[in-house]
Parts: sequence; structure tokens; C-alpha cells
Amino acid sequence: MSSTTEHQKAGSGAPMETSASHENLVERVKAMQSVWILGVLVVIIAVFGVLAPTTFLTPGNITNIAQNVSIWAVLAVGMTFVIITSGIDLSIGSVLVVSSVVAAQVMERMGDQGWGTALVGLVLSVVVGIFWGCLNGFLVAKANVPPLIVTLGTLSVALGVAQILTGGLDVRSAPAVLQDNIGYGRLAGVPVITIVALVIVVLGGILLHKTRFGRYTYAIGSNETSARRVGINVDRKLVQIYGFTGLLAGIAGILSLAQYGTTTIAGQSLTNLNVIAAVVIGGTSIFGGQGSMFGSMVGLFIPAVLQSGFVIIGVSPYWQTVAVGSILITAVYVDQQRRSTASGGRR
Amino acid sequence: MTALFEARGLSRRFGRVQALDGADFDIAEGEVVALIGDNGAGKSTLVKALTGNLDLESGQILYEGREVHFATPHDASRLGIEVVHQDLALAPHLDSAQNMFLGREIMRPGILGRLGFMDTPQMRQRSAQAFTELGSAVRSVVVPVGAMSGGQKQSVAIARAVAWANKLLFLDEPTAALGVVQTRNVLDTIKRVRDRGISVVLISHSMPHVLEVSDRVQVLRLGRRVATYQTSGTTIEELVGAMTGALDNQEGAA
Repeated sequence: MSSTTEHQKAGSGAPMETSASHENLVERVKAMQSVWILGVLVVIIAVFGVLAPTTFLTPGNITNIAQNVSIWAVLAVGMTFVIITSGIDLSIGSVLVVSSVVAAQVMERMGDQGWGTALVGLVLSVVVGIFWGCLNGFLVAKANVPPLIVTLGTLSVALGVAQILTGGLDVRSAPAVLQDNIGYGRLAGVPVITIVALVIVVLGGILLHKTRFGRYTYAIGSNETSARRVGINVDRKLVQIYGFTGLLAGIAGILSLAQYGTTTIAGQSLTNLNVIAAVVIGGTSIFGGQGSMFGSMVGLFIPAVLQSGFVIIGVSPYWQTVAVGSILITAVYVDQQRRSTASGGRR
Repeated sequence: MTALFEARGLSRRFGRVQALDGADFDIAEGEVVALIGDNGAGKSTLVKALTGNLDLESGQILYEGREVHFATPHDASRLGIEVVHQDLALAPHLDSAQNMFLGREIMRPGILGRLGFMDTPQMRQRSAQAFTELGSAVRSVVVPVGAMSGGQKQSVAIARAVAWANKLLFLDEPTAALGVVQTRNVLDTIKRVRDRGISVVLISHSMPHVLEVSDRVQVLRLGRRVATYQTSGTTIEELVGAMTGALDNQEGAA
């Protein structure tokens, strides 16, 4: 009886449904939790497009929006993994800061403006990021401290370390090659920083949706006991997932240096919450087990498009935060409704 | 006949409750043993202890005559021992094929597999085949398990355990939540698994089911085995008597 309702989607009386009915891209997008939020994004874009036809949908403005979300996109990749495990990482902003501070200080001492220096900076930034990420993961998995508390703690500690290292003053230098090629560079009119972010997002999406690593990420968030019973080394996976998120925060740190030419010690205090909001708006469940990379990207563009649109049509940009907060709550409400319908046997 | 799997004097205390109090257990190759006992007799605890889900204070577990120690459920799995827990232990957000192969994914051949890419079509196909063979009510391998009915979830859990158990299968109250047809299916599955030479331990409160499929019945009371019967020579009255302590049988007609 319940099997017939499941069949409605496939629309056939075949004895066993062995492949998803959403084989092509359009069907796959439709089947996603995040499809309606994609609709919201399209509507927002359409409204601004109508209100400001000559200024909003211009290549210049679109490029600008893409550039603005690039660093957050890199962070959102890691956050999507963490939230799918039913965890949270509040520390990414601080880890970004401390990574960029360490990299900037060393690169400043080296004095050289070339690629060698930039490479050292990148490696350092990534290593520092991985260190903080793994520390988070270790404490979550082995010490059994809830992720919210662990990363609230490392948020504070990492930021403090950055301030101790610098005396609280931003390091206002970054190698010229970084700023010229990555920060302001363009490839076929597209900002290089956006291309870098896009590559990371695509790789992250493949890792999440196509590989065993991604499968275990969902399994841990869905039912940790069951994951342990089938022999998944849950503790090690958690360290890897938080470490991966730290790695991405390290990359974001060097991208931020390239984009702004300075560390942003005081400027990242809301980064964590903005990225979490984007991921959750995109349909990733805070209770774990559910989410998609595509959704997180849609969730990331909604605040960015609103910000840009409000500025262009002359509405106070402060309305952006009001709108984003409202969309966040609505998004989770709608997802909950969909989920309770789904668990009733209908899809 | 030497036992395939044997436990001697297993003990475990939870606070002030002596859940297992020197419990023994044994099963031969290709045998179906029913494990019965009143609520709180220690049946589920014993199963957990025998499958690496619980640490023991004392006692020995012997597998094919050699002493083994299961630190994790995975250690038991490696020897071909699988268990269907009462809570099923499925990941609700994953579909039945993903659950079926969780922890044992089939990887793509060559470099892609090395990179962690999975062979999804093959896993789906093999899962579908397994469900069909079991006469399962599962009609789709791409629907999340969380959206399935209780009976379908049950059959996913059983199919998974059957697929990987090549020596010994534990079923902890597999028919408790099932309808008539599905219960029939589970009982048939037990017989089919036994016919493949795999031993089955069935925990059940349903005496007719126990009498139908088992070769021997072992009765647990207050954390220890109080009686063992050949199923062919026993009756429901005798089993219930042993469970409740009305009869005082010591290692009965075995």
C-alpha cells in the first residue's frame, strides 16, 4: 500500500525502482529540498531586474555580486559538510583571520613580492587552518564536547591568538602578485577569485555527492549509531571533516588577503553566522543527514543579491539583514513542513 | 557436535542491575536457535554482548572453537556475524541501497574508485536483487528509508544483515512490528538463510513462531540460561513455564 504511493513519482508499475527518476539535471534540481528557495532567488533577481533594468542585470553588477560571495562560498563548502554531520562550526571567521595573520606576517618578513612568497603564504595559511579545524574535530569526536561549544571556544581562542600575534593591528601588506593576479585579476572578464571559489565549490560538491567520504558524512548526521555499527570510523571522519573545513578557512584567509590587501581582524565577527545562514537557507538540515552543495550556493546568493539590489534601487541596505533573517526562518519552516509530509510516506 | 559459536559465563552489570549473570549460549552450524525469556531476562543484552556492541565484565566467547574478543560490531562482521537490532540501526536519510552497502560500498573500478567514487548503479541493482529474493515489500531502492513503512524498514535491515552474514545471523524480535504477510516473509527468510548453511539466532516473544522455525530453544531468565529444549519435543506450555520459572528445569531435555 505504501509502496504504491512511492511509485507515483516514478509513474510506472515496474516491480522495483532501481534508478532515481531524476536522472537528468532538470529532474534532479526539481527533486531537491532547495528547489523552492532557488525559485525565491529567481524571483528576487527578476524583481530587481524589472525595477532597475539598466543597472542591475549588467555584467558589471553580476560580476560584482559573484566577487562578493566568493570567499563566503569557500567557507560554505566546509560548513555544508559540518552541518550535514549535525555539527556546527562557529570558528571559521576566526580561523580565517588567524590563518591570514600568520601568512601575512611571514610574507611581510620575507619582503619579496613574488610568487615564491605567495606560495609560502598559501601553505602557511592552509596549515594553520587545518590545525584549528583538526583541533575542533578532535574535541568534538574524542572529548565529546558539543560542536557548538568547541567551536565557540576556538572562535575566541583563534581570534585571541591573531590579536596577540599582531598586537591587534592589521597587517597591511600582501605580495603584489597575490593582489594583482588573484585579488583584482580577471580571466575572460571573470574575477580570478570567483574562478578559484567556483573550482572549490564544484570539487566540494563532487566530494559530498559522489564519493564515499560524502556518503559517510550523511550517514554520520543521519544516524551516528548506525554508522558506528557498520564499522565507519566516525571519530576519524569527524576530525577529517572539521579539518577540511579548517583547510578551506585557510584558503579563504589567503583569498581575503589577496582581495583586501590586509588582514581583517575585526571584520569577520559575523562571517560564521552569515555562512551558516546561507547553508541553512539552502536546505541543509541543522539536525543532520540532509543537504546539498547546490542549495548552499543558492542560499549564499540570496543575501548578496538583496544587498546589491537594495543599493541599486535606493532602499536602505539595512533592510537586507531584515530580509535575510526573515528568509532564514521561512526557509527552515517550509523545510520542516516538507519533511513532516515526507515522513508521512508521501514524497 | 562442536558449536559454531559459544559463550560461557557472560556477566555484565548496569548499576545495580545484573543484566547478565553468568549466561551461557551455544549454536551449531546451520542451526536455528530461538532465544526466549520474559522482558528484562537479558535477551537483547546477550545479543549485544555476542556481537561486539557491549563490553563484558567476565566470560568467554568462542568462535569455531577459538576464543574471540569483539571490541566493535565490525569485528563480529568480519567473521560473518550480522545482527538485526530491535531499533534496526538504519540511516533514515539514506535510501535502501545506500543503507544496504553502508560501510561496504562498491567502488568504481580503477583510478576513480581509488579517488573514492562509488559504483552506485551496481549497488542499486544488487540491493534490488536482494529485496526481490527475500520477497521484500521494498519496491524502490532510491527512496529514503525514513519515508518507508515500518515493515519496509524492517525488511531493509533484514536484507542487509542476510546479505552480509555468511556464518551467523542474529534477529532481535524481527516480527514484533509486522503484519501477517510480512511476518510470514521473515519466517520464510529464516528458513532460507538456514538452508544456505547459515546459523540463525531468533529472539521472539511469539511461541508459535519459535516452534515453527527453530531447532532448539534456549530460555533466559534473570540474566542466565535456565533451560535448553529440542524444539521437536517441547510445547508452548513447557516454554512459558521455563520462562516464568513455574517449572524448575535445569538445562532440560538437551
